[in-house]
Amino acid sequence: MYAFDFERPTTIADAVKALSAEDAQALSGGQTLIPTLKQRLASPSRLVSLTAIPELKGICVADDGALCIGAATSHADVAAEATAYPALAALAGQIGDPAVRNRGTIGGSLANNDPSACYPAAALGSGATIVTDRRKIAADDYFQGMFETALDEGEIITEVRFPVPEKAAYIKFEQPASRFALVGVFVAKYAGGVRVAVTGASEDGVFRWAEAEAALSSDFSAGAIDGLSVGADGMIGDLHGTPEYRAHLVKVLTARAVAAAG
Amino acid sequence: MTKVSMTVNGKPVSGEVEGRTLLVQFLREGQGLTGTHVGCDTSQCGACVVHVDGKAVKSCTIFAAEAEGAEVTTIEGMANPDGSLSTIQQAFQDHHGLQCGFCTPGMVMSAAALLAENPKPTEAEIRDYLEGNICRCTGYHNIVKAILAASGQDVAVAAE
Ligand SMILES: Cc1cc2nc3c(=O)[nH]c(=O)nc-3n(C[C@H](O)[C@H](O)[C@H](O)COP(=O)(O)OP(=O)(O)OC[C@H]3O[C@@H](n4cnc5c(N)ncnc54)[C@H](O)[C@@H]3O)c2cc1C
Ligand code: FES
Ligand code: FES
Repeated sequence: MYAFDFERPTTIADAVKALSAEDAQALSGGQTLIPTLKQRLASPSRLVSLTAIPELKGICVADDGALCIGAATSHADVAAEATAYPALAALAGQIGDPAVRNRGTIGGSLANNDPSACYPAAALGSGATIVTDRRKIAADDYFQGMFETALDEGEIITEVRFPVPEKAAYIKFEQPASRFALVGVFVAKYAGGVRVAVTGASEDGVFRWAEAEAALSSDFSAGAIDGLSVGADGMIGDLHGTPEYRAHLVKVLTARAVAAAG
Repeated sequence: MTKVSMTVNGKPVSGEVEGRTLLVQFLREGQGLTGTHVGCDTSQCGACVVHVDGKAVKSCTIFAAEAEGAEVTTIEGMANPDGSLSTIQQAFQDHHGLQCGFCTPGMVMSAAALLAENPKPTEAEIRDYLEGNICRCTGYHNIVKAILAASGQDVAVAAE
């Protein structure tokens, strides 16, 4: 690891100020960034820890019924406390292992936007709003490809707001070595229609499967997607699975998620 | 360099660290507490698990500066005050829950965190909780038995 200065501010305002320095980078749970620093794939001059900022932690229900989660809330806390949105709590409880869940945070996961991460599927599948220190970004505009997001330099996620669906489920086909999703599908049924978000499959990162959304919006049953198929074009191919295999999993897991949502 | 202070195994300690100093380096090199092991240094194996404010964390994946003011417990803090092995440690010995012993500090710390949360876990819950603790020797069965035994349950239920 290259050397860097370390700061641990206690307010959002101080964190934003500290991040305005050249080559400064935010540190949340460190469960992605610390391994990255060890490999010297990142070389910030200054790390600004977000873990001592009380405003960034905790879960609450807003007046409009949305579940609001502070960006520095750990996966373990979401698993235990997001009782208003059981599918989201279940997703958080399946990330990595207990020690990773005790440190890793929702803000870090969404900022990183790993193509195989779990939270991006929940945020896109719920039509969540990503709140930053300067604006609100709709999930549909936020994810911009593998490891790419709408965040600007020095911009930090402060909160994520999830509209709570009538029914939802996340099914993760785990890659047993990394514990990430080989493919994961998040299905959520709202009064206005169904959303289906897929992680782990596409070279462009998390995406919505529009045909399945249309079919499930008129008939919310696993059989409703029987006639659909997903193409292998643009799917990830690696030693864990071919593009065809991943495309196949998208449909299988979507059906399972619908069945699990009930 | 900055100064960090924390409580380790009940004793207040402090030291000078760089920003990049990991908690595991602070414990092993700064405090001489070499019971906490580094198996992979890539956040995968769990040999380095310690408790920070009662929660199991990988000490190779947290900076020492982030444990400022925290209560840290390592394997050296697990024995009973008279030096005899704790229930979990004794169960690992009784049930052959270790062979080379390299993973054992992390296994014991994860087991202790599990039993604090869930005093009577099922075999499946134990296996699930140990997902982030890798053992190259035992094949896990005897580790699972040791944890069942430490929680006062019948070890015969564990699958061979
Ligand atoms: C063994 C292991 C297994 C894992 N398994 C899974 C899994 O199954 N599914 C899964 O989804 N993930 C998994 N992860 C990743 C884990 O969920 C991480 O916690 C997460 O990806 C990053 O969150 P963090 O809080 O640790 O962020 P950090 O590592 O601290 O930061 C990650 C990136 O986000 C930036 N950042 C952090 N917080 C903010 C913020 N509030 N605003 C703007 N930028 C920010 C940082 O600058 C950095 O670039 C696993 C990790 C490990 C080590
Ligand atoms: S040494 Fe920390 S997880 Fe392996
Ligand atoms: S006893 Fe050797 S690695 Fe577990």
